Amino acid sequence: MIKAENVVKIFAGRSGVVRAVDGVSTEVARGEVVVVIGPSGSGKSTFLRCINGLETFTEGHIIIDGVDLADKKTNINKVRAEVGMVFQQFNLFPHKTVLENLTLAQCRVRKRSKKVAEEKAQALLKKVGIPEKATEYPSRLSGGQQQRVAIARALAMDPKVMLFDEPTSALDPEMVGEVLDVMKQLAREGMTMIVVTHEMGFAREVADRVIFMDEGKVVEVGTPEHFFTNPKEERAKLFLKQVL
Amino acid sequence: MKARDKTWPWKLLLVAILLGVAAGTWGAIKKIDYKWRWYRVPEYFFYLADDVQKIPFDGKVGSIVKDGATARVTLISETSEERVIKVESESLKVSEGEDLFEGDIVGFEKNLRLGPLMVGLWTTLWLSAISSVFALFLGLFTGIARVSKNITLRGLAMIYVECIRGTPLLVQIFIAYFFLGTVFNLSRNVCGIGALALFAGAYVAEIVRAGVQSIPKGQMEASRSLGMTAFQTMRDIILPQAFKKILPPLSGQFISLIKDSSLVSVIAITDLTKSGREIITSTFATFEVWLVVAAMYLLVTSVLSQLVYYMERRLAVSD
Repeated sequence: MIKAENVVKIFAGRSGVVRAVDGVSTEVARGEVVVVIGPSGSGKSTFLRCINGLETFTEGHIIIDGVDLADKKTNINKVRAEVGMVFQQFNLFPHKTVLENLTLAQCRVRKRSKKVAEEKAQALLKKVGIPEKATEYPSRLSGGQQQRVAIARALAMDPKVMLFDEPTSALDPEMVGEVLDVMKQLAREGMTMIVVTHEMGFAREVADRVIFMDEGKVVEVGTPEHFFTNPKEERAKLFLKQVL
Repeated sequence: MKARDKTWPWKLLLVAILLGVAAGTWGAIKKIDYKWRWYRVPEYFFYLADDVQKIPFDGKVGSIVKDGATARVTLISETSEERVIKVESESLKVSEGEDLFEGDIVGFEKNLRLGPLMVGLWTTLWLSAISSVFALFLGLFTGIARVSKNITLRGLAMIYVECIRGTPLLVQIFIAYFFLGTVFNLSRNVCGIGALALFAGAYVAEIVRAGVQSIPKGQMEASRSLGMTAFQTMRDIILPQAFKKILPPLSGQFISLIKDSSLVSVIAITDLTKSGREIITSTFATFEVWLVVAAMYLLVTSVLSQLVYYMERRLAVSD
């Protein structure tokens, strides 16, 4: 489904060259839920953003369903339509209603009729538990509701894989649960997911595989049971000690 | 209620200051012995014109029906064609049965006409309107070019904005008319509109650029992550949000454009300002005319700002 081969991302800043992602290779199978954890600045978000082309990478290959992102001939817009993304800051379109947030890309990119798009949107809003908010503007919604709308917006495109970039980090604690519930439901339904998060409980419960990154490198990979109970690497042990 | 009680001394002070300024001005005018002729002004808004009515063919007067102040004269040509002409009863120059030749005067008709102030105002309005439309598109394009990844586009946009903002509008109008107008054989209206549009466009570009840059990066990322193209993102996501933010400075720019349009009077376009100057040469009512001209500009610009204020409130629904 997704294959990353030796991905390197170099930021050339004023303070010198930073290898934000430094030779990451991994493979994600269809229906697999992969949780990426690691300390801040470990390059996990940058790696995630490389997967849908929000960041270009300096070296290596990312192949999604047989399409290589490193290939200059690849139409990145087509790839992005198949890869849903959920952001830490929700990034809903504030000038559009919830329903319009969900229908816009369906109409523009998937060329669906307004009626079909709206039916799809309503069904997804029901799925994430806020069908009554369709006509509201995002500013009238709580953080948790906004993030659920953002998930529904990504799902409206019928993506093959969903990327989550710290989806609960900007939420008040009491709202984290409702968003994680939606994500768990998605995982149960067999959605392919890559989740960057600090929610260790979620990782333990839902992940098929945990990837621990530090300083741009994959340090340790394993099942949640293995990773949380018996990590091999010192850095992973230290990290777990700090967060658990 | 208490808040109102506290502010009344300041309101009183405001009125007192305004009265003071008015009284001071009044006193100063008294000293210089200026003869006010306000009664001369209205005729430059509207006036009754005596239009000569002539017979369009050789023939004779059929019948004359008087209806109060106007008379309906039926003219019959040699080929028995009939034509009815309305004239003022008092100005009637013909009688029933009289033979006439083509071009003979039948009488005069009174018609209400727009005076030079109204014609000038109209010129100012359409000149500003057309310039605004061009400035908006030019500014939109240049503003987006300013934030483009393409170095050529960005460079061109920057040079344009810097050149226009770094030189006086009056000089630009002279260059547009005396240089470009001569070289490319352009009419003065084209030159005037072109100069105003180019001038305002540069400022609009900066406003648009600031507006686009003020939209959080996440909006662009969210839209692109859904597979929308850069163009679609600009049109559906960035610009609508930017527009809401830049409406106040944008409207200020267009209000400025209306005022700046007075400068095209220097290349002999008869706008409101030039009309005012022409009226003064025939009336010597300098004070009255300039005050009236200023009031007319003020009226137009305040109507516009009210309109924008209304639009701002309409757009605020998603806040």
